[in-house]
Formats: sequence, C-alpha cells, structure tokens
Amino acid sequence: MRPTFSIIAFTVLSGTGYGLWFLLGIVLTLSRMGRDGPPWPSFVVTALLLGLVLVGVGLLSSLGHLGKPARAWRALSQWRSSWLSREGVAAIATFVPAMLLIGAASGAAPAAAARVAAPVLIAGAFATVYCTAHIYASLATIRAWSQPLVVPGYALFGLYGGLLCLWPMVDASPGGRSLETAVAGVAIASALLKVRYWHAIDHQPPVDAGDATGLARFGGVRSFEQPHTEENYLLHEMGFVLARKHARSLRGITLGFGFAAPVALALLALVLPSLRIACAACALSSGLAGLFVERWLFFAEAKHAVTAYYQR
Amino acid sequence: MTTLPPPTAKKLGLVIDLDTCVGCHACAVACKEWNDGGEFGPLPDADPYGAQPNGVWFNRVHSYAVEQATGPGTRELTVHFPRSCLHCETPACVTVCPTGASYKRAEDGIVLVDADKCIGCQLCAWACPYGAREFNMERGTMQKCTLCVDRIYNETLDEADRQPACVMACPTRARHFGDLGDAQSPVSKLVAEREGYALMPEYDYKPVNRYLPPRPRRDGCADAKTKAAPTEALDTAQLPGVLRWLDRVLSR
Repeated sequence: MRPTFSIIAFTVLSGTGYGLWFLLGIVLTLSRMGRDGPPWPSFVVTALLLGLVLVGVGLLSSLGHLGKPARAWRALSQWRSSWLSREGVAAIATFVPAMLLIGAASGAAPAAAARVAAPVLIAGAFATVYCTAHIYASLATIRAWSQPLVVPGYALFGLYGGLLCLWPMVDASPGGRSLETAVAGVAIASALLKVRYWHAIDHQPPVDAGDATGLARFGGVRSFEQPHTEENYLLHEMGFVLARKHARSLRGITLGFGFAAPVALALLALVLPSLRIACAACALSSGLAGLFVERWLFFAEAKHAVTAYYQR
Repeated sequence: MTTLPPPTAKKLGLVIDLDTCVGCHACAVACKEWNDGGEFGPLPDADPYGAQPNGVWFNRVHSYAVEQATGPGTRELTVHFPRSCLHCETPACVTVCPTGASYKRAEDGIVLVDADKCIGCQLCAWACPYGAREFNMERGTMQKCTLCVDRIYNETLDEADRQPACVMACPTRARHFGDLGDAQSPVSKLVAEREGYALMPEYDYKPVNRYLPPRPRRDGCADAKTKAAPTEALDTAQLPGVLRWLDRVLSR
C-alpha cells in the first residue's frame, strides 16, 4: 500500500495524543488531585493541552487524505457498519471530557466535573485508538493488516507515544515521580510485539494470480500481458514495492530509534539522574521518529490482494 | 446507508465466458465511452496523450498463459480475463464506507457510489479484493461499474439495447447480463451448464458475477505428433544410385 504522509501523521500523532490523554485519565482517576487533595501539578494542564494539539493536528492531517475534505462531517453517519465512521465519532466525543478536564484544571469548570471526566477520558481515548486500528484490521484484502497483532499494536504504540510525551513533562515538574522504568518496560513490550508482527507477516502465504482468477485448477498461471501499459490508480495506490525491498534496514531503524534508544536513555537517566530531562527529551524525539518509520512500514510493507491479478 | 439491505431476490450481474473471450478490450472501451457521458461520468483521463496516461476504467482485461501438463510435455492455454465489479451480495466496500455514499440497491443488488456523498477516503477501494473501484482524482470521489444502471432501465432505448454497454459491445458474445437470483433465467442456466464460478470465494463477499471456465482443449499438438511419428518404409536398395547417395547424405 502506498504510504501517504497524511495517514501516517494522523495515526502516529492522534495515537500519541490519545495515549497521552489515556495516561492522564488514569493519573487523574487514581490520584485525588484537584478535589480534596493537593492542587493539580502544572504538568497536567500542559500535558492535556499537548494532547489536544497532537490529537487536533492528527485529525486535521487525516482530512488531507480525503478527496473532498469539506464533506468530512458526513463520515460521522455510518457508525453502524463502518470502523472509520466509529473512529470519527469516538475521536470527537473524546474532546468533551478532555475539554472539561482542561477547564477544571484552569478553574473554568467545576472541580467535581473532573471526577466524571477523567474515567470518561480513559474510555474515549481507548475507544478511539481501538477504532483507528480496526479501520485497518478489518480489511481482509490486506493480509498484513487483518491479523491479530494490529489492534494491540496500535493501542500499545499509542500508549508508548503518550508515555514518551509525559516523561519530560513529569521530570520538569517539581516533585514529579519519574517514569524511566515505565518507559523502558513499554518500549520493550512494543519492540517484542513489533518483532512478532513482522515474523507473522513474513510467513503469510502469498495470493497468486491462479487463486485470484480461479484458474489455478487448470495449471500454472502467468500474466503475459497487462491490461494497461502505464500505472493505474490500483497499481499506484496498492502496488507499492519499495518498502518490501528495504524492509530489513527500515525495521532496524524502527527498532533502534523507536525502542532501543529510549530504553538506553531511560537506563542512563536512572544511573545519572542529573541528565534525566535531557534523556527524556532525546527519548521523545527518537521514539516518535521511530514510530513514524514503524507506521510508514506498516502501510508500505502491506500487500493488497488485487496485486495478484497483476502478479506484482 | 452503508449497512447492507436484506438479501435481494433479484441479483443482476454479468456472466463472463473465459472460453470465448478474445481479449479485444471492446468491453472496456464501450464501457468507457458510455459511462464517460452517462449519469455516473465523466471518467477522466490524466495526460491521455502524454508519456504516462492514467484514467478511470471500470473494466480491465488481463491476459494470462495457463501452463498445462499434457502427455508428451506442456502447453500454454491463453486465457483473457476481463475484471470488473462483481456486485457482491455482502460487499465490504459498502460496509466500510463512513458516509453512506457506497450502497447496495435493495431492488436489484447493484452496488453504486453516490458521488454527492463520497468524501474520497478511498477505504472502499482498499476493501475490494477485485480491484473494482478506481478513484477520480479530478473530482475527488470514487467511481465504479454501475452495471449500466442508466441503460438497463432506460425506456428511451430500444428494449434490445437495455443491456450494459460491455455486453452490447462484445464481438464474441463472451459477456452475458441477467438476473442470477432467478434459477430459471438464461444466465443462471448458462452458469449451471458450464459450471460457472465466483472469484475468490474465500473472502465471503459472495460475488454475483460468474466466470465460465475455459472448455478443455482437444490435445491437437499431441495428436499431430503421434500421427507424424511413424516413418514410412523405404527400401533404399531399390533406389537409383544418385538418390541412394542423396538419401545417405540427408540421413546423416
């Protein structure tokens, strides 16, 4: 599949944003901050706003993929059958608890609202990422996507992105508890999941022209003439080969930048606490870059069933 | 509504005969011609006379060589394979649509796109394993085979012309149009007689269109060889000297 920048930016940025909101929802639900306890630490407001920016930019970027972006509102109507529609509904609905929490944190909304909004934010953020993953996981035509590790992958990478964003903010805020162990743990879990995913997609049987045309029972099928001399929409959109050629090195980059470097930086921060803010900032940039490469590969490596007719 | 209608009794579709298709692309051209000016057109072309022409076509005709083992060796069967929308009974291209633009008609099962509702997310094209949908870059919306819905019910046309353009154009009558939901219709009988099959049934989208397999070939090559093989008896001793010498030279 052709890796479109708008979709990669959408899934990575909004995934990270919802991951961040999910974590904040947990923090605010478990602690008694802002109600009868101590006032909310400054990082909570910053983090909620950063989540808002990430989610907003991600969703706006997804509009860039549409042929008719002005009609995007129509996508909210078919939630009964379409995961894309469900994603849109969940994505927008999650803004309600998020805005309530931002309001409560800045004193514009009653503190009691936060008590309800925090658990709703957890549910909304999770539901949105779950629906995003299902947009791809529900496509049986793309074998690399319709397999069981895709949904847990989107959820885990969203959580990981959120954690990477939270780490420098928590470290910079006075009295914040540090997140090195959590970052290292989630990074290792994400890397393991990704390696298992790659192993799974590498061992999927290919669909060939014989199966696609139903002619396999008559013998070995070889395309001797294409229907058209130049690329068409199908080949342009679904016949992307570059990534599979360079899969090895790009997977290495994903693992190195995305997961190994943040783990090393987390360990360094544990050994040398004075460097922890620098470590957290480096881990965030390296980790997000890795997630972008990971998502580029997720699209670019996936092979669509229609390519079988063209024997590509 | 992108939820599917209850199973339709009428299942309009095409039956394509892979035995008689000669791969002339007349169906594709006639389709392009009709739909470019029809209700669902235009079907745009980008750079049509340039180095990289690219345009929307509802029919694409592939040509395959099918290698078959025969007694003495192998032979290749040429099969031309027109590919278009199969108007599935449970199409994923309809259910994935977030806007309701992609829909299946309850009255005859035709799968259509409402270009006024389409947002151009292209998810339907991703959901189709048959490559039936092509994106109109100029308009920013998706297009697909309409089964010439603006011909088949068109009362301004002669009754004989109320057929999809591809069916009308086929010079070898390799394309047949009719109701595959009616077991007594000519197309259903043809499918039963020739063991017509559905493409990639493993996806469970239940295509309506059927393909008639190529008929078994008579083993012409092998016959010719066995007939040519026996050598005629020739008593060289009876030949005149010059011919005997010629026979010796040629037999080397």
